Amino acid sequence: MRKITFSEATLEAMAEEMRRDSTVFVMGEDIARQGGIFGQFKGLPQEFGLERVRDTPISETAIVGAGLGSALNGCRPVIDMHFADFLGVAMDEVFNQIAKIRYMFGGQTAVPLVVRAPDGIIRSAAAQHSQSVEAWFLHVPGLKVVIPSNPADAKGLLKSAIRSDDPVMYFEHKRLFGQMGEVPEEEYFTPIGKANILRSGKDVTIISYSAMIQKVLKAAEQLEKEDHISVEVLDLRTIFPYDREGIAESVARTHRVMVVHESPKIGGVGAEITAYICETLLDELDAPPVRLGLRHVPIPFSPPLEQFVAPQVEDIVAAVKKMK
Amino acid sequence: MDFDKEMLTHFYRTMVRIRHFEEKANDLFLGGVLPGFIHLYIGEEAIATGVCSNLAKTDLITSTHRGHGHCIAKGADIQRMMAEIFGKKTGYCKGKGGSMHIADFSIGMLGANGVVGGGYNLATGAALAAKLRQTGQVAVCFFGDGASNRGTFHEAVNLASAWKLPVIFVLELNQYASTTPYRTTCNVENVSDRAHGYGIPGVVVDGNNVFAVYEVAKTAVERARSGLGPTFIEAKTYRIKGHFVGDPEKYRSKQEVEAQKGNCPIKRFKEKVLADKSMTQAELDSLDAAAAAEIEAAVKYAEESPWPEPEEALEDLFVEGVWHDA
Ligand SMILES: Cc1ncc(C[n+]2csc(CCOP(=O)(O)OP(=O)(O)O)c2C)c(N)n1
Repeated sequence: MRKITFSEATLEAMAEEMRRDSTVFVMGEDIARQGGIFGQFKGLPQEFGLERVRDTPISETAIVGAGLGSALNGCRPVIDMHFADFLGVAMDEVFNQIAKIRYMFGGQTAVPLVVRAPDGIIRSAAAQHSQSVEAWFLHVPGLKVVIPSNPADAKGLLKSAIRSDDPVMYFEHKRLFGQMGEVPEEEYFTPIGKANILRSGKDVTIISYSAMIQKVLKAAEQLEKEDHISVEVLDLRTIFPYDREGIAESVARTHRVMVVHESPKIGGVGAEITAYICETLLDELDAPPVRLGLRHVPIPFSPPLEQFVAPQVEDIVAAVKKMK
Repeated sequence: MDFDKEMLTHFYRTMVRIRHFEEKANDLFLGGVLPGFIHLYIGEEAIATGVCSNLAKTDLITSTHRGHGHCIAKGADIQRMMAEIFGKKTGYCKGKGGSMHIADFSIGMLGANGVVGGGYNLATGAALAAKLRQTGQVAVCFFGDGASNRGTFHEAVNLASAWKLPVIFVLELNQYASTTPYRTTCNVENVSDRAHGYGIPGVVVDGNNVFAVYEVAKTAVERARSGLGPTFIEAKTYRIKGHFVGDPEKYRSKQEVEAQKGNCPIKRFKEKVLADKSMTQAELDSLDAAAAAEIEAAVKYAEESPWPEPEEALEDLFVEGVWHDA
């Protein structure tokens, strides 16, 4: 199969959906003139014009709010947040409007909107440009939250998100944009709500997602080679609605489970997933579930500090060994 | 207005200290020495210099992602700034902030801010505290043309005007917000026209003329201190360097940038003081050399400073107590 980058895969998803449906459009800061900071919009203005690939002022409230309004009136907007950190600027639009409009008005309308938000730690971008904030949105009823870890899922999930009649928060890790991977030529969709087993194993399940998957896979290889511990790696892909069945099946095979993510451990996705497992699958467990996540501080600038606050391969390996 | 030798020296020294600091940061970043992002202020030095020359140490400023110039003009220590952009323990923020987040609260520098438009309400609130506590302080908010489109702009200016707070909003209109030319996102020639809608003065000034900036800022500071409320200063300038170091700058032509270099505030200052003989070439050269030497010393200090210990990442979250994971 051909290999393309994560950002090229998202571009294909955008182009295919924009060709198919003239109501799909995209807007955000600095996306048209330079194709997005990570090249994720390159070439779209040439094909679709500046009406449908819109550069906006630095007005996050207006961007997200107007995206919502356009969705209520027949469009399928894709909104780019530049950096996930700036979602905070438009939080009222997201959690008081986008998430509630369908429910509060008794199902009269739908909100077919995608918010793309590049997140994650990248080369000392420091506290206001490094956050992974998916847990904030997990906590808000009315939002679907997806988070691919590789080019194929990036394309398939984005296409599913654009076709979805519900609002989808689409997080894409900044460190992944340049990653190469196999992506099918023919049209396909990655279902929202379905996890993916990236590696089968029998001793422990590690549930993770986004860029952290790479570290988890490395840790799994090392554990297999050096300690003969067989690790199953479950890529969550969708944070909400999360794949309860997939999780249950994996835990039933391994009887040990760990959740690893780059966003803060406290109150995070791992807290939800491990609570769900304890509530419903306690009999399957041979050991208490383990969570690894960001230490409870904003993300610092200096490289040794930045390295320290997020889980690294060694931390994952050590935590798994402690479980055995 | 006539400026005495001391003031002229102060203007020139401040501008060249900023310039040398930035040129050095540029080289160090391109050399792979500095982590993170660096946004350069080159070409805009007259604004921070002209404005801050009117401020006392106790007055306050808020800054942006392009904050080195504001820090230096407000009197920050160059060694600690340099150490911070290196990510060293001896930096202003102990390596936690980096270029985009330098602060020195001891001189009223309330921090550079990675969120565009993050400073409006901080400055307004600082001015509110000055009024409540009757300290006589003035607060200055620096921001860009891109930032002027944030909604918080309107809320802050309206509040400051309604409550007659001692705050000055200084727009550095450098023509671009990242890749976006000012006029493509704003349908007016002068953003400061908005000031009239909020009942405060809006003044346009040549941001590359330190004398002109100084004078409008002086009027604004006097107005603020006498309880008459905010002023909106719009300083027209040009960003000579890319948005960040390493920016491919596909959104503008090399010719456009070259043409703007002729309008460099430092070059214009030199031409003026040499023409009216208020300073000599030798005086300027010696200030220049002193600034360059000072920056070299700061680099040496930063290079020789230790990295923070990893566990220091857990400190400073709260005044009391540190959370340790199990
Ligand atoms: C709320 C927010 N939105 C977007 C960004 C990304 N961003 C950083 S700087 C910048 C351009 C800022 O332009 P301007 O305010 O004119 O300041 P300048 O860079 O020209 O000094 C953008 C869009 C951000 N940091 N914060």
